[in-house]
Amino acid sequence: MAEEKTFNLLDPFSGVDLGIGDWADGIKEWASAHREGMQPFKQFINDMIVGIEHAFQTTPPLIMLAIISLIAWQAGGKRVGIIVAASLCCLGFLDPNAWNLAMTTLAIVTSAVTLCVIIGLPLGILAGKSNTFETIMRPFLDTMQTIPAFVYLVPVVMLIGIGNVSGVIVTIIFALPPLIRLTSLGIRQVNPSVVEAARAFGSSPLQILFKVELPLATQTILAGLNQTIMLSLSMVVIASMISVKGLGNEVLRAMGRLDAGKALVGGLGIVILAIVLDRITQGLGQSDRERGYRHWWQGGPIGLVLRWMGKTA
Amino acid sequence: MNTSSSSSPVIECKNLWKIFGARHKEAMKFVQESSLGKSEVRDRFGCVVGVQNVSFSVSQGEIFCIMGLSGSGKSTLIRHVNRLIEPTLGQVIIEGVDVNSLNARALRKLRAEKIGMVFQSMALMPHRTVRDNVVFSLEVRGINEKQRHEVASRAIHAVDLDGWDSHYPDELSGGMQQRVGLARAIAADPDILLMDEPFSALDPLIRRQLQDKFISLSAEMNKTTLFITHDLDEAIRIGDRIAIMKDGVLVQVGTPEEIVTEPADDYVRDFVGGISKLELVTAGKIMEPLEAYQQHAGAIGQGWSVARPEDNLNTLVDMAIENEHPILIQSDGKMVGVVTRHALLRGIQGRVEPVSK
Repeated sequence: MAEEKTFNLLDPFSGVDLGIGDWADGIKEWASAHREGMQPFKQFINDMIVGIEHAFQTTPPLIMLAIISLIAWQAGGKRVGIIVAASLCCLGFLDPNAWNLAMTTLAIVTSAVTLCVIIGLPLGILAGKSNTFETIMRPFLDTMQTIPAFVYLVPVVMLIGIGNVSGVIVTIIFALPPLIRLTSLGIRQVNPSVVEAARAFGSSPLQILFKVELPLATQTILAGLNQTIMLSLSMVVIASMISVKGLGNEVLRAMGRLDAGKALVGGLGIVILAIVLDRITQGLGQSDRERGYRHWWQGGPIGLVLRWMGKTA
Repeated sequence: MNTSSSSSPVIECKNLWKIFGARHKEAMKFVQESSLGKSEVRDRFGCVVGVQNVSFSVSQGEIFCIMGLSGSGKSTLIRHVNRLIEPTLGQVIIEGVDVNSLNARALRKLRAEKIGMVFQSMALMPHRTVRDNVVFSLEVRGINEKQRHEVASRAIHAVDLDGWDSHYPDELSGGMQQRVGLARAIAADPDILLMDEPFSALDPLIRRQLQDKFISLSAEMNKTTLFITHDLDEAIRIGDRIAIMKDGVLVQVGTPEEIVTEPADDYVRDFVGGISKLELVTAGKIMEPLEAYQQHAGAIGQGWSVARPEDNLNTLVDMAIENEHPILIQSDGKMVGVVTRHALLRGIQGRVEPVSK
């Protein structure tokens, strides 16, 4: 503070230092001081990731491929099933290690998206119901979507430590907003006269939510889920900077060694995973009637099995 | 007012007020103290007066039509009956219970069991089949599926939609959709039906069909009905009594015949101007009492046609064509009055001569 700057009315900003940077540094201190308190929370997420990854890794690749393709067929029809199966074959043949890496990444993404749904759906419903809550939420959502990931990477690592758990948390921060926004939008778009009719016939607020609003908002909510999945995939490379394994880590390591070939393998793996997840969630968004049957279990592999059982019985 | 039944009213509105806007409480107070008009309330408080001091009662089995143009507050009014809208002041009493004193649970029970409602926009749930739409009120009450199925079949049969149970609303035409709306309203066998312009969005032929369907259904079921419409013809066809609403006020309440022959003001007179009186106005309304006639026209002659007081103008016109003499009106075997050609023609115009009253 030796050279005291004089306050200039036309340029008031350069003369004033509110010390926000130091203040924010305090958060970091606070975070590293409170690591202990985060332990149960960390343990819970860690168990979840480990469990999912274990299941994905121990299932033989061909069986896993069949399961995912069948899910895709059920969700989006035969065409989607075939596209997904072909994409997964490509993924497997990319590199001998690609399948295992992809399963690790899939486990991280699955954990992050599951937590996003658990957090985002209720918040989205609240935002859809209350204008005040929506107004309060909006700046937070804007921040989460636009703030560079590197800014919160450090505090999160200070609080939780490096590894998969931090990776999942960082992913959630980035991928959560579209689910909240589109859930809120979906609830708001429900025809008010239908809600009024439900009220007039004696429904309670919860019945209105589960029997009218959520079913009618499903397509919009699924569009939000699709966006959340895509964004969490786009975070895997950044998350690998805090030592998250998987395809992202391959890309990061290849970048360090300027190995364009390996980077391409990792990158393509992520793209294929994105295509697979996108097709499946988009398929979910179709209503049953667009696909030509009344209930979801009447089509796809389940419908086939049910019909076959009906014939033999 | 000749209410058909003398039993206690099923629906009763007492001095109901609804003022919309953030400052409705202040506005209400001022209106009460200084009887401000609608436009003054809007200018001073930024509030809109929806319903102004409305009182009426509907008795068991009666169809009470509320007729008014859009913006007259009739849809707001009907929503007070099942408390979809809270009144600013006043009471709504259903079968002796003040609706606004009910807690949330009791109110839901009332809505699900006692009141069926049909909406102009149909408001069917697009993700539910016709059957699941029809028994929605039973589902929210937790009634089991088997019973719901039976009730649904009965209600769907009542509106002639057999076979459409498992279709979705958007597979049905507008008229059929509104029949689903009607089935949904009657499914729980409620005592009261609230009809909010149910047939207004339909084309004229379908509207007529549904009116007929509704008239026959309501004759069968004997439900107390509040029926909102902007169509006076419809009100006259359907209503036992009609209330004319304008700017949130009930201008006149009466039987269709009273409304047509004795409009309370120019507004109502304008409305009824285009209505055919032939079926509505009866001989009793336009006849001149016998003594009065004899005083100025002398004795009644032989060979005159004889009609009853409840015969309508259509019948009288037929008689007048067959027989040139005035028509005698006989009630319980006694001559009570005379309808002259002059009175008959005035009656068709909707003007009742003062002398005849």
